[in-house]
Amino acid sequence: MSIAIYIFVMAGVTYLIRMLPFTFFRRKITSKFLLSFLHYIPYAVLSAMTMPAILYSTGDIFTAAAGTIAALIMAYFELPLIVVALGASLTAFLTGLF
Amino acid sequence: MKKDFIKGMTHGIPIMLGYLSVSFGFGITAVSKGISALWASLISLTNITSAGQAAGVDIIAAGGTLLEMVLVQITINMRYSLMALSLSQRLDKKFTTPHRLAASYGITDEIFAVCAAQPEPLTPAYMYGMIFVAALGWVSGTAIGAMAGQLLPIAVTNAMGLLLYGMFIAIVVPPAKKERGVLAVSLIAVVISLLFKYLFTAVSVGFATVICAIAASLLGAWLFPVKDEGGAEE
Repeated sequence: MSIAIYIFVMAGVTYLIRMLPFTFFRRKITSKFLLSFLHYIPYAVLSAMTMPAILYSTGDIFTAAAGTIAALIMAYFELPLIVVALGASLTAFLTGLF
Repeated sequence: MKKDFIKGMTHGIPIMLGYLSVSFGFGITAVSKGISALWASLISLTNITSAGQAAGVDIIAAGGTLLEMVLVQITINMRYSLMALSLSQRLDKKFTTPHRLAASYGITDEIFAVCAAQPEPLTPAYMYGMIFVAALGWVSGTAIGAMAGQLLPIAVTNAMGLLLYGMFIAIVVPPAKKERGVLAVSLIAVVISLLFKYLFTAVSVGFATVICAIAASLLGAWLFPVKDEGGAEE
């Protein structure tokens, strides 16, 4: 089968998943429960995606753990996103040198 | 309008840098599975999603069926529906149907996270600016990785694997300090995620993420209801 067909199907499905709710859901939600649910979704998604995956993100659990701790500390002091991201990577890199 | 576009681009720069490194890895993987740099870049341009693309390339390499492709993409990418629904509540009046059709192309985990953290309603120009720089990073990273992946020292590419996760932590921690609800939801999500990783390993990663997000947010909404839009109970 041509690779173009695979890519077309893959891209089409991914687009529809994003487009349908974004385009066709127009009502303002008023339920306090539902609003709270949607308020928490981003934090739940990001937390679930980060742990434990972050520990396997560098191929070495020790450098990854060092980077994770560095990121947590920098984020606690509310440093900008890019500083936390690069600082975590740099920490993992430096830890890997030893 | 132009100001919003530039603001979106500025907010998108950390995403772009993170994407450069992750898609770099995707480029290397795709080539190793016999997919050319051009096709790999086209996959990145039309999908902008990491887990879905990695799984898609596996199916292509294995000569899988189209049905398999559809089911795997739905499962892994289902979380985007939740994100799209959440963002749909926060759109500016300027967001007409054509804008919604266009901007939905760029709802990724990272773009969603940054958009969701904005206090004011989202304008099309803001989202386009962010999507533009993010997609630029994603596609060019794929192309560079596919063509020149072996040139960088492995220690550098390995460390770059942390970039996006570092950004996630930077998004979650500050509100978790201020809202008990966010802290609780994040911890619950992590615990469930750990259960899926080490105990219920039969569940795919994409599907596990959806279950974690729904379960933790339901508990959060029940235990720590938000007072009014944006703010939460202390």
